[in-house]
Amino acid sequence: MSLAAPLGLSARALREAILAGSFSVLEVTEAHLAQIAKHNSELQAFQRVDAESALARARELDAALARGEGNGPLFGVPVALKANMCVQGMETNCGSRILEGYIAPYTASFVQKLLDAGAVLLGVTEMDEFAMGSSGENSAFGCPRNPWDTQLTAGGSSSGAAVAVATRMVPIALGSDTGGSVRQPAAFCGIYGLKPTYGRISRYGLVAFGSSLDQVSPFAHTAGDLELVLEVLSGLDERDSTSLPLPAFEPERPAEAQRLVGLKVGVLKHELNADVAPEVLVQCQAQLERLEAMGAELMEIELPHLSYAIPTYYVVATAEASSNLGRYDGSLFGKRIEGDGSLTGMFEATRNGAFGDEVKRRILLGTYVLSAGYAEAWYGKAQRVRTLLRRDYAAAFEAVDVLASPTAPTTAFRLGAKKEDALAMYLSDLFTVPASLAGLPALSLPAGLTSNDTGCLPVGLQLVGPALSEGRLLRLARALESSQTSALPIPPLCTEIR
Amino acid sequence: MSTSSNSGLYREGNEWVSESSGKRWVAVIGLEVHAQLNTRTKLFCACEYRFGAQPNSQICPVCTGQPGSLPVLNGEALELAIRAGLALEGTIAERSKFDRKNYFYCDIPKNYQITQYDEPYCRGGGISLESGRRVRLNRIHIEEDAGKSTHTSGNFTLVDLNRAGVPLIESVTEADMDNAEDAVAYVTALREILVYVGASSADMEKGELRCDVNISVHPVGEAWRTKIEIKNLNSFGHIAGSIEHEIPRQIAAWETGDPERYPVQETRLFDAQLGITRSMRKKEGEADYRYFPEPDLPPITAPYNRVEELRSLLPELPAARRARYMTSLGLSAYDAGVLTASHDVADFFEACARLSKEPKEAANWISNEVLRAISGDEFDAQNIDELPIKPFDLSELIGLLREGVVHSNGARQILREMMKSGKAAGALLLELGLQQVQDEGSLKAWCAQALQQKPEVAQQVREGKEKAVGALMGLVMQSSKGKANPQRVRELLLQMIAESDVS
Ligand SMILES: [Zn+2]
Repeated sequence: MSLAAPLGLSARALREAILAGSFSVLEVTEAHLAQIAKHNSELQAFQRVDAESALARARELDAALARGEGNGPLFGVPVALKANMCVQGMETNCGSRILEGYIAPYTASFVQKLLDAGAVLLGVTEMDEFAMGSSGENSAFGCPRNPWDTQLTAGGSSSGAAVAVATRMVPIALGSDTGGSVRQPAAFCGIYGLKPTYGRISRYGLVAFGSSLDQVSPFAHTAGDLELVLEVLSGLDERDSTSLPLPAFEPERPAEAQRLVGLKVGVLKHELNADVAPEVLVQCQAQLERLEAMGAELMEIELPHLSYAIPTYYVVATAEASSNLGRYDGSLFGKRIEGDGSLTGMFEATRNGAFGDEVKRRILLGTYVLSAGYAEAWYGKAQRVRTLLRRDYAAAFEAVDVLASPTAPTTAFRLGAKKEDALAMYLSDLFTVPASLAGLPALSLPAGLTSNDTGCLPVGLQLVGPALSEGRLLRLARALESSQTSALPIPPLCTEIR
Repeated sequence: MSTSSNSGLYREGNEWVSESSGKRWVAVIGLEVHAQLNTRTKLFCACEYRFGAQPNSQICPVCTGQPGSLPVLNGEALELAIRAGLALEGTIAERSKFDRKNYFYCDIPKNYQITQYDEPYCRGGGISLESGRRVRLNRIHIEEDAGKSTHTSGNFTLVDLNRAGVPLIESVTEADMDNAEDAVAYVTALREILVYVGASSADMEKGELRCDVNISVHPVGEAWRTKIEIKNLNSFGHIAGSIEHEIPRQIAAWETGDPERYPVQETRLFDAQLGITRSMRKKEGEADYRYFPEPDLPPITAPYNRVEELRSLLPELPAARRARYMTSLGLSAYDAGVLTASHDVADFFEACARLSKEPKEAANWISNEVLRAISGDEFDAQNIDELPIKPFDLSELIGLLREGVVHSNGARQILREMMKSGKAAGALLLELGLQQVQDEGSLKAWCAQALQQKPEVAQQVREGKEKAVGALMGLVMQSSKGKANPQRVRELLLQMIAESDVS
């Protein structure tokens, strides 16, 4: 390990280096703030950087260390949050004009856990408005760029957080994943993203989009760091009634990391694979072969109701969103537009004027699928399909230990390419929404780079396991990670990290 | 308008007869009653709620619907709700769930209310009224209250969210009533039961019990007609007043024969000043609340064992207690009613009756003296528990009275003192010098003195006006400072007058 500069190290390595006295927390913080300063104007990963408070916090931690205190699992580790996470006294705008200037009156429980573990918050990253989008283009503020090619999308909705980790502005960042909002940008940016089992991490303080789907989900550039973050954030939180009554996650620590003998990997065979770009399939295939080489057994698996996942997801998520976003009406939070002076006038003017197009589209969809006379045909049926999909997975996991598929059907696409075509955008969630609907853990891991006319672009391989099988998914990810002959590729524009 | 058309109607029992058409009409009434559960904190957060606190002083991220906040069910609210459901003879669902009712208004911070839509925690049950009528309950569900909005002049709306998130149960009756008296009797009984089992304080003045009336009228023997809802009635007077206005109003509207003027499905409010109902909004079919299951709360489970445990802990309900007081203790319906109006009073009475072995005496003293004292403002107490007197003290006093140690006026005086100081009856008897004089010598001397003072009264008695002896007794009581045993004095006076007659 090179200790020349604290940049590009994993969270684990940073913490060890700090505790060993190789770097101070201040040095680590300054180095990462400098990395943000260098690239953020081009990439727009961060919506807001809180340099001063980060530096103050770093000095506090250094002082604590000098007193012999402080050895939290994330001690001195710089982290970034998505703009839909509440930190008391800080703006939480969800990438929306309607919450511009909204100062959260409390701190999310998962943020508190990060802080208690010794992390240093550097700032808030950009996102699609209310986490609705797959490209970052729906933010009311800035649109993050893919660091591998700035003409391309970084994915979404946790776009900025993915870019921040991909360019090593932070070793870890928190996003939120409702239907793929962490996994897909992780794939597009060439890093790791884990959506845990629904209920693993408390949602208290995560601004809701689709309440039955939302999960706080970390990004990292090593599998080990995902493990670390999950250990810190998981566990029962009594402020979230959907949080699972379980102790914190404990990683699997096999004696022989690279031995996968007896492990059955289901490979998703489906007509939808026809829509997958060949260069993506090639990269994923290569990873599967590595797994096989380590002793895993590959099997073809079918999920009979998979093709209903996208419509089902867009019914459930928009229904919940239409209700969750009802509160933004100008009366209590954020922006108010007076309108004609009446109460309903104010509601209409505020919502009309301050929500973006995609948010309005989904509120309309969600309102429609819940309205009297239609609710049974849409929302009711979607709930039943959701049950069928859960059963499909249950049946599949009778036969295999994990399911593998591409994370996204393509590599990162051109900014603007799908902005006007909502349906095409929705279809790019093809592989990520099923696990969300079933509440299952899903991990996107870097599966190498393509080389074609658009240049070298990352591909993501998704692993889905039964509920609470994060340990198994991470063990596979670690095995693949350690079997690579070279280090994880870093975007070419990060010339300072080699 | 309503007065002139009303004058063409008269009531015969539960039917209304139109003088012009000769038609006989009946009303159909169902009630929806919201009762505030008596919890320490709100339904989904840890905020305490006190009526009348400074606006927006009892709020937190959850009950103000801050982005990212989540509800957590208050277990105490569920237990109180179950107690109410059991006391109302309902069936507690082993599994029920919460739903979101979506609508836009400024006093509902999330723009949805968490309530129970198609799987309420309690179904069925009912209350048998003293009139003999049974009012069945369709369901009871748990929901959160909204805040309070006040529209000011100057086109502002002020919102107080203290009440937002306060736990309510809404009980919905079948349309089993047809007149205002039964409606009032039902709400009275419901209120009594909720208070009794400790589920709600049900203070209507504080808005802890609010009633919506659903009402329609139709000619006897015909099909039911358009239902109208009168919302937010918060006193018995308003419930009665609104029904008494609404029945003739609807009948008159039908009797016009003009479909344009027929009652339409709508929500009305009661104007207490004018004693009339007024249209609030017309309903365009059912309002679309886009109900769906609340994803932030897992389904509620009420395990059978726990429900049975709660059932076994229920106190005897007022109606059963009243019946027992009348049949086995021989109390009048009136006394039984007074004593069972509150749980504390009934307990006090029962203890007192047991200790003194004189239930009727105990009942008299409690209803005539103790409860009267509480209802006035001489004593700094709102209910019997706040008085220093204990059942044992009152039973001791009843014993003294029985043994003739003190007469009833003296006992009354002792009781007042006991209610102030909590001292024992025996001690007060001596302290106030109220023990009756039993010794014959003193009594005879006072009687002789009275006969001397008013010989003309003795004469009247001799002439057969025995009642006149009262004037003499008054004199004796005066000279004895009230301590003479009046019964014995009377006997002595009559005896002495009779003896003096010989001369
Ligand atoms: Zn609260």
